[in-house]
Amino acid sequence: MATLYIDNKPHEIKPGNSLLETCLSLGFDLPYFCWHPALGSVGACRQCAVKVFKDADDKKGRLMMSCMEPATDNQRISILDKDAVEFRAGVIEWLMTNHPHDCPVCDEGGSCHLQDMTVMTGHAYRRFQYKKRTHLNQNLGPFINHEMNRCIQCYRCVRFYNDYAGGTDFGVFASKANVYFGRHEEGTLESEFSGNLAEVCPTGVFTDKTLKQHYTRKWDLTMSPSICQHCSLGCNIIAGERYGDLRMITNRYHGEINGYFICDRGRYGYEFVNSEGRIRQPILHQHVVDREKILTEVSVLLKNSKVIGIGSPRASLQSNFVLKELVGKAHFYQGVSTREQSMDELALAILKDGPVRTPSMKEVEEADAVLILGEDLTNTAPMLALAIRQSIRQEPMKEAAKISIPPWNDAAVREVIQDKKGPLYVATVAETKLDDVATSTYRAAPEEMARLGFAVAHLLDQTAPEVIGLNEADLALANRIVHSLLSAERPVIISGSSCQSESVMKAAANVSWALHKKNKNVGIVLTVPECNSLGLAMMGGNPMEAAFQAVENGEADTVIIMENDLYRHSSKTVADKFISRCKNVIVLDHSHHATSANAHVLIPAGTFAEADGTLVNNEGRAQRFFQVQESANTIKESWRWLLDIGAASDNARIKQWKNFDDITVTIANEEKLFNGIDKVSPPSDQRMADGQRVPRQPHRYSGRTSMLANVNVSEPKPPEDYDSGMSYTMEGSRTLPPSSMIPFFWSPGWNSVQSVNKYQKEVGTALRDGDPGVRLLETNSDSPVDYFKEIPEKFRAIKNQLWIVSVYHIFGSEELSAKSASVAQRVPGSYLLIHRNDSEALKLTEGEIIEFQIKEQQYRLPIKWSDSIAQGTAGLPIGLNSVPYVDLPAWGILKK
Amino acid sequence: MFSIVRSLWITFLHMFHKRETVQYPEQKNKLTTRWRGRIVLTRDPDMGERCVGCYLCAAACPVDCISLQATEDESGRRYPEFFRINFSRCIFCGFCEEACPTYAIQLIPDFEMSEYNRQNLVYEKNELLIDGPGKHPGYNFYNIAGVAISGKGKGENDNEMPPIDTKSLLP
Ligand code: SF4
Ligand code: SF4
Ligand code: SF4
Ligand code: SF4
Ligand code: FES
Repeated sequence: MATLYIDNKPHEIKPGNSLLETCLSLGFDLPYFCWHPALGSVGACRQCAVKVFKDADDKKGRLMMSCMEPATDNQRISILDKDAVEFRAGVIEWLMTNHPHDCPVCDEGGSCHLQDMTVMTGHAYRRFQYKKRTHLNQNLGPFINHEMNRCIQCYRCVRFYNDYAGGTDFGVFASKANVYFGRHEEGTLESEFSGNLAEVCPTGVFTDKTLKQHYTRKWDLTMSPSICQHCSLGCNIIAGERYGDLRMITNRYHGEINGYFICDRGRYGYEFVNSEGRIRQPILHQHVVDREKILTEVSVLLKNSKVIGIGSPRASLQSNFVLKELVGKAHFYQGVSTREQSMDELALAILKDGPVRTPSMKEVEEADAVLILGEDLTNTAPMLALAIRQSIRQEPMKEAAKISIPPWNDAAVREVIQDKKGPLYVATVAETKLDDVATSTYRAAPEEMARLGFAVAHLLDQTAPEVIGLNEADLALANRIVHSLLSAERPVIISGSSCQSESVMKAAANVSWALHKKNKNVGIVLTVPECNSLGLAMMGGNPMEAAFQAVENGEADTVIIMENDLYRHSSKTVADKFISRCKNVIVLDHSHHATSANAHVLIPAGTFAEADGTLVNNEGRAQRFFQVQESANTIKESWRWLLDIGAASDNARIKQWKNFDDITVTIANEEKLFNGIDKVSPPSDQRMADGQRVPRQPHRYSGRTSMLANVNVSEPKPPEDYDSGMSYTMEGSRTLPPSSMIPFFWSPGWNSVQSVNKYQKEVGTALRDGDPGVRLLETNSDSPVDYFKEIPEKFRAIKNQLWIVSVYHIFGSEELSAKSASVAQRVPGSYLLIHRNDSEALKLTEGEIIEFQIKEQQYRLPIKWSDSIAQGTAGLPIGLNSVPYVDLPAWGILKK
Repeated sequence: MFSIVRSLWITFLHMFHKRETVQYPEQKNKLTTRWRGRIVLTRDPDMGERCVGCYLCAAACPVDCISLQATEDESGRRYPEFFRINFSRCIFCGFCEEACPTYAIQLIPDFEMSEYNRQNLVYEKNELLIDGPGKHPGYNFYNIAGVAISGKGKGENDNEMPPIDTKSLLP
């Protein structure tokens, strides 16, 4: 601890951070533009000037950029000094000379950092009499709107897009006062993280294009803390609603997971909530019926038939649990394929019983050597790829530390690093977007990848099983990997279920365990397919094939399928047969799909926006998402429907449960693995210190007495929330809510997202009462190492066949986000990825149709060439709507 | 005693004063232009809708009786898709007029809006929009704003220079 004198008052500080960061952490309002807690300082905007004095006797002092100066002990600075105040006001006034008169039509307005800073510095009247500089805009695709006139040249956008996220199709053009931020030519931004520009840019140059289609000011949104549903990482988001539609997703800071950013799938996938494909009414045999009718109907069905329930990896723990209770444990099936289920269970076993813990994404960012086995992270767990891009800077950053350059001094650090990169090894089926920063890449069939992993483990620890018959090149690579991992202080091994190969995941586990035995501070990260895959695995349930069996054998005749499209987890023939065998198919879901099309009873479930629930992410962290809106229709959480059904059919246990808490506490008490999930968020009857709820609406929320006046001039009573301590209105406490219940970031004078500074203990670190969520799977580092021993055979290509493995797309492979209109524009067409040589051997060129068969499923797909995919293997973009489900990897037999 | 007589005398004299009571509705009072009565939405001199759907009036309204939804035409010109004022809640404070950056929303000297049915006090855009600029005849927001709309490209305002050429390095 050190003492910093600000305007002659002493403050306890942690030395070493920049003065700006220190002042903000102490709660001072100091304007800034170019500094960003995740991007560091470059001193470009000159907005953050303060006076720095030599000592107590120095009365004159010097103006300095607070973002570029480290805070030291006994330092004396002044924020209120006349010169500093004038200087800062002057900077804004200059910026404003060219700023358009746009606030009323600018999407940033009301949450604009530039507006906030202008008010903060007091600039109000334009003195400059001359003309304004203007720019032409570009069409940057379906996600981001461009309005270049509003730029203040802070360079945050390029620093994020290029330096932080590794984008290559964006930059700064022209010179002097004319600098232009955009693409070299009009076109869709390629980066998977482009949506963050809307939050990174302190002005309205880059804004959310989907928001523009139903534009609402931030102060008019009803907002809730939520969890992204589009992959297993569980990034924290804020979801905002107006007039019954979900309108915007923004990042919700989480110090351990997503930090300040989210990926474009998470930001733009939300439109499925408003889509035409929603199920909004209960439907009985193709007829819309009311709530009571459907409840009696289903409870009669439950009494008179043999019922089974199929859960879902994209439904909350609460929904899965109540379904399990309703149909009975023996009749509850996990709605995933046998292979998927065994992968999830394997991941769970490694994380739970192995000696190596799984790090958070923040810790991955700090890793100094990374080995990826089998995951194309940019497409399966996008934010993890962004974390990796930071981790490769760790090793070269040690150089900067040696010459005393603090890590936040971004320009200087990048100068030292140049293009040196820390060790990153990427073993995948085909090209990935991380290849450009990888030390080495390795392209092979999953079996070969696993063998490489096993070989690395064996080289690290002789007691790990040995791989026989490894070729020279692979052995050399394995040795290089071993060398890098051993020289690192915090290595991380990453794998997951996307290859659908247990061997690959086991090999990754072996590597991490071998490193653990060497006393390395190692972590293992495993990604799983969906937002609650791990939670479902922890809850347990029979494999889905057993459900098909049960119906086949006549042990069951009625099925409740909850939030699950069977056609995405089993082949069409199998699913068709199953559904036709069932006497009654009851589907509980929010969006129409192939399964719901066959339902006899269709019950409208809520999406994450109309539901409360808990999800377990790939780190084993249980996180709560809060309902954003109370639906006007009969839409309700799946678990609430199931509670009603349970009550209607006199299920004694279910009858006792009335709300979210009742279920959550029961899960926490009864299921050992879920101990503590009732602590994820405060109980619903807990109020803030002033006895009030946490309001979902900002205090400036408008239109309360008018928005529904066209229907009835007397305002209806606002809906009440029985499931949480939040209100659906603007009434409530204005004090800082618990970190798990922050509906939006706002602080007096800070209307933009930059107000998150005020919610953190120290700028850039954890939220005030700790980052939300409860980690359920803490490992015991003393657990014995029990290596996996089954090393797969060498992959051998077969003539006239291709070993088909899954490849993924950030836009398209995930079910729900693909239903979003903006994301749909980015979904690629179907194809088969094969090696150019394989293709030429078949006398087929790129784009030509290749015909093949996997089991009984026929495929006709255009060829896409790859120069790096292993010969004899092929990549099938699984999950795309145009590519029917098949259990992969599998041999595809070519048709001649 | 004296004060009672004095009061009676003063009251008696009032019988010969000019009357303050106005015989409304037979007799109408003269309202100044600044009178805050019925709210209208005005048009700019080119007869375009002035309201750009910025939501500032709605935010300023202390009783929250304004609601609207902004939308855009193909050229990027913003306007309200719907605009609703619940006059049964309005307190005619004029905050909306003060907040409006485009002079679109104005309170006019008309208060004769009584209804038997409260529901009829909910005015939609077609009931609010008038065919003129109201109190601010010359003002056209889009002539000052930096956004392009149909008929006005980038850099074509009086206070703007033509768009920069990103390829040029000339001073
Ligand atoms: S960027 Fe901010 S200050 Fe500039 S026009 Fe938009 S809202 Fe106004
Ligand atoms: S576009 Fe935005 S982020 Fe980029 S330099 Fe301009 S103001 Fe800064
Ligand atoms: S990385 Fe995954 S959880 Fe995070 S925002 Fe993207 S899709 Fe959502
Ligand atoms: S303040 Fe003016 S421009 Fe803005 S929404 Fe209201 S009437 Fe329209
Ligand atoms: S924030 Fe310090 S110069 Fe920009």
